[in-house]
Amino acid sequence: MNILQTASHRLLAAIANLLAEKGIASAQEVAHRIALTDAASPAQGARMVARAWLDPDYRALMLSDGTKAAEAEGIPMRGLPPLGVLEDTADVHHLVVCTLCSCYPRAVLGYPPFWFKSAAYRARAVRDPRGLLAEWGTVIPDTMRLRVVDSTADYRWMVLPQRPARTDGWDADRLAAIVREGDMIGVTFPAG
Amino acid sequence: MLSPGTHVRVRFDWPETRGPCHIRTPHFIRGAEGVVERHLGRFPNAEDLAFARPAALLDLYHVRFDQPAIWGEGRAGDALVIELAETWLEPT
Amino acid sequence: MGGVSKFICEAVDTESHALTDFDRQVDAIRQILGAKKVMSVDELRRGIEAIPEAEYHRLSYYQRWIRSIADNLLVRGVITEVELLAALERV
Repeated sequence: MNILQTASHRLLAAIANLLAEKGIASAQEVAHRIALTDAASPAQGARMVARAWLDPDYRALMLSDGTKAAEAEGIPMRGLPPLGVLEDTADVHHLVVCTLCSCYPRAVLGYPPFWFKSAAYRARAVRDPRGLLAEWGTVIPDTMRLRVVDSTADYRWMVLPQRPARTDGWDADRLAAIVREGDMIGVTFPAG
Repeated sequence: MLSPGTHVRVRFDWPETRGPCHIRTPHFIRGAEGVVERHLGRFPNAEDLAFARPAALLDLYHVRFDQPAIWGEGRAGDALVIELAETWLEPT
Repeated sequence: MGGVSKFICEAVDTESHALTDFDRQVDAIRQILGAKKVMSVDELRRGIEAIPEAEYHRLSYYQRWIRSIADNLLVRGVITEVELLAALERV
């Protein structure tokens, strides 16, 4: 049998031990990295979206340089892929996919959700995007053009959704609370 | 460098048939014609990075394609936008 | 995977699935190997693509990752097959 076909949990344990013995990754380093990764969540992206809805200067920064906009919200971006932000308008809706693997704006949204990594999502997003969105009950009006952004290379992409009607006068915390993970990938709209 | 609005064709090439490789240009877009939206920067060639080889910096572009034209189905006006390296693009 | 016909009629499981400790640990090791320039994300991807298709679909997302990580560490000579076999004996 090919050694790579070893049961995955045994392979992980053996690799983890070897990396620790060789001084490449200690158990403490791994635990620390897990804690850092667990700390990233869609709440971070939601804060950026809410701020962009309230502050035109921040919105402009976010659209021109997503990495700087994330850093301005205290999100660590150093050494991570550049972040691009796609602006939804009354005429255009964006949907993000990675057909080749599962590139995801992890720095601002955390771990990719299960569906984003699935073969069905990756296959359908580029070929039948409107049918795919129906899985979430999301209907893009006929008057709206859809732009499907395939993260094939070095950028990571998030969507800046449209601010829902009936949110006038809301503060940043209240706005951020209605922005969900899927809204920033384009499978859903923020619920006003 | 290609300026926004330049019409390009993705090379119709299948390096996979010639031996081990790692290609970041999706199968479905090879041979398709699109329009450069913008230059995204210069990044090391992933086809070399994947094998831990020295990697030259390549211009990376956001290229827009008419979505129904790719599949022969879909809604007119819908688009695919894909990150593609200069080595895969030829002006038309 | 873009447009691949066999998945075009497949429903998307839109539920959230909690990650396991296994998933988190593999993810963290990948990040550390990247940060320390032991293995790039492109090498991870190459290793995932090298998994035969039948096995690819049988393995979970992070099971593919640990397999690719092991593959790449062996290819790069960071670990040897003898070391890996010995380490597997001990777990």
